[in-house]
Amino acid sequence: MRASDLLHPRPEGLYCPAGDFFIDPVRPVNRALITHGHSDHARSGHRSVLATQQTLDIMGLRYGEGFAGTTQAAALGETIALNGVAVTFHPAGHVLGSAQIEVVHQGSCIVASGDYKRQRDATCEPFEPVKCDVFITEATFGLPVFRHPPDTEEIARLLKSTAQFPERAHLVGAYALGKAQRVMRLLRDAGYNRPIYIHGALAKLSDYYQSQGIDLGTLEPATVESGGRDDFTGAIVVGPPSAFADRWARRFPDPISCFASGWMRIRQRAKQGGVELPLIISDHADWDELTATIRETGAGEIWVTHGREEALVRWCELEGIAARPLHLVGYEDEGD
Amino acid sequence: MNRFAELLDRLVLTPSRNGKLTLLTDYFRSVEDPDRGLALAAITGDLTIAAVKPAMLRMLVMERMDPVLFGYSYDYVGDLAETVSLVWPQSPGDIANHEPTLAEVVAKLQAASRSDGPKVLARLLDSASISARFAIIKLVTGGLRIGVSARLAKQALADLGKVDVAEIEELWHGLTPPYTELFAWLEGKAEKPKKTAVALFRPVMLSNPIGDGDLEKLDPADYAAEWKWDGIRVQAVSEGGIRRLYSRTGDDVSGAFPDLAEAMDFSAILDGELLVGDPLQATGTFSDLQQRLNRKSVTPKIQQQYPAFMRCYDVLQIGDEDLRARSFRERRGRLEAFVQTLDPSRFDLSPLVEFTDWQALEELRRKPLHPVIEGVMLKRWDSPYVTGRPKGPWFKWKRDPHTVDAVLMYAQRGHGKRSSFYSDYTFGVWSGPEGSEELVPVGKAYFGFTDEELRQIDKYVRDNTIERFGPVRSVRADRRQGLVLEVAFEGLNRSTRHKSGVAMRFPRISRLRWDKPAAEADRIETLQALLD
Repeated sequence: MRASDLLHPRPEGLYCPAGDFFIDPVRPVNRALITHGHSDHARSGHRSVLATQQTLDIMGLRYGEGFAGTTQAAALGETIALNGVAVTFHPAGHVLGSAQIEVVHQGSCIVASGDYKRQRDATCEPFEPVKCDVFITEATFGLPVFRHPPDTEEIARLLKSTAQFPERAHLVGAYALGKAQRVMRLLRDAGYNRPIYIHGALAKLSDYYQSQGIDLGTLEPATVESGGRDDFTGAIVVGPPSAFADRWARRFPDPISCFASGWMRIRQRAKQGGVELPLIISDHADWDELTATIRETGAGEIWVTHGREEALVRWCELEGIAARPLHLVGYEDEGD
Repeated sequence: MNRFAELLDRLVLTPSRNGKLTLLTDYFRSVEDPDRGLALAAITGDLTIAAVKPAMLRMLVMERMDPVLFGYSYDYVGDLAETVSLVWPQSPGDIANHEPTLAEVVAKLQAASRSDGPKVLARLLDSASISARFAIIKLVTGGLRIGVSARLAKQALADLGKVDVAEIEELWHGLTPPYTELFAWLEGKAEKPKKTAVALFRPVMLSNPIGDGDLEKLDPADYAAEWKWDGIRVQAVSEGGIRRLYSRTGDDVSGAFPDLAEAMDFSAILDGELLVGDPLQATGTFSDLQQRLNRKSVTPKIQQQYPAFMRCYDVLQIGDEDLRARSFRERRGRLEAFVQTLDPSRFDLSPLVEFTDWQALEELRRKPLHPVIEGVMLKRWDSPYVTGRPKGPWFKWKRDPHTVDAVLMYAQRGHGKRSSFYSDYTFGVWSGPEGSEELVPVGKAYFGFTDEELRQIDKYVRDNTIERFGPVRSVRADRRQGLVLEVAFEGLNRSTRHKSGVAMRFPRISRLRWDKPAAEADRIETLQALLD
């Protein structure tokens, strides 16, 4: 069977006619297989959802218990048959619960990797390369300029800055699911023992991470009620990036704005956003990870989606690997 | 190298002066010789490295990667040095166990000949990490552009050693990179370096502004008055055959004013204002003077068009005789006699202004006899020439600022304490024929208002946003609605860079005119009338 008959894009998302399911559909569908809990991949309103238990839990936290008609948990590495199509979830290393979805039918094997990264992350299962015929890769950071440094170095710079500017609060912008918890965990692993103050938008998800055995230490709400302005002197405050442009940020003394994102690799991005301390910490693969992963999967064909497809397709051409962009709509390539 | 690279990265994104000082002093404290001294030289512009042209850099990277991928990358990043630092291919074996130090990098670059320069650069890039590569490229392409002046770097040194910055400025021109003896002194490990060189800068005496109620306490008989000229303060030092012109912060600006330096055929140290034009005929405006500022060298044509001269108002030394301890009255007498011996097309005397009481001087201040005058100076007759800004002996009494009513057009978020406030404002005035007026931006200001007013403007900006571009919001501003700001400024220059054709000096918000309809804000013609 031709790979493009097994999976192909439709306006709702990537569709498998044989199994009659969509992967990460952006509109409500009958049956959805979901790679991870970020809102552009995991939407509410599907009739049935198949995802890892953690992704289902996260969707429940974000959308409420009735986010789908029925749900089914997929255990990592366990194959499920859907109308004769064999589907297996494998860890993707992106955020807690994230998975790649391997789809096998009539001798043809496609892996839809969703979003993934290869750098070690204590808050989720590491990415597992899966041999396949077609590998569908993201390309959020699909340009040779994106090279993420080790996250420990970035956290060391944050801690150095808190020592240099003990009178100021450090406001770390980080996406509420995954990045925020990873930053907190990295701080703990680097020996930071003070309470970490968090924006309300992070509370439920951080509690969930803790309940899954990921120790984030003492987290305190960054509210004025919990103390005066001076209580935040020298503090590290984590919140969604949008909050720091908001009036919310006024409660902190002379804050230094930090942003944990792969986009921070580009100085102009940091400058435009008014970021004083960019932390290059990403939950997506960088250029070197993307190219290494493509090689590791041994896939003869690469489909490239959301991000800078053209550069990665060009690289594949130079390497003699068939590749084409897969035009899927509705994913925000900006999120990291 | 990595520590230097990290310093550059942080400085460029740190807007506050205090933040920059902390980063610099921490660096100087924690990094050893000679790296820290070389970093200092790189920042102050005193490090000489043969330049590599951007085209060469491009060629080096194109030899190493697919041109199409490079093209995508460069298009995305937009800055050549940054793109090259990021895409430079690196195999794991390349990074040596030992990252090169700044000293090693500088030594290799300085030793490279013109022909093997690119090869040496490529080898250095092979051995460095991404941010170190960026720093190396910045060193060889010239100009760090990190928003740190030589003056600020010297202030950081002063903070490090807990000494007055004047002491550093005084020593500076006798020292060379890597400034080992300077750091040793600042850290208390050695004596203060001896001033062995001649024609060094002498820290200047500065004045305080006249504040409310100051004049009542002063006796007019104790003070001399002179005009305050709108040029740049310079110190002309001619000693042992060496001639130097220094700015008031001790930067050597002789290279930009060879015509004036040429005429310094004396042995003395003079303090005065650098102006352009002919002292006997017509003194040029600050706009004219700008043609000669911030240049490393200057063409004969510009020199002829805008000849530089010095209007002298003090003398620190004649021959070997240091006059700084003498009274202003005595120095003034010596200066008057001395200036008479100099080339009259290059040096003249700043005249004293006769007055009997403060009221009479106030009238003169309001109506100065020349557009290049920006107020009056008061100097105590019995005051010695002392370094710094002592309160009492010298006062400046500036003419009142100009004001204009302008309409708020764009607002940008600030930094630090103001990072959640829209605190930087671009404002415009009306232009165009009646019935189809439009706003043309004339300046930008980010202070002059109280904290309460800042909160009010911030709310106004958030409530009246029509478009957003990153941290900038464009605010509704038309004939029917808009926030009128009274903007005070010191002067106006012609500008080819701005659409309005004018650039304000020292603009600040002086009042919020909530009461004034936007349509009644000023027109561009009002500003144009102030030009020259």
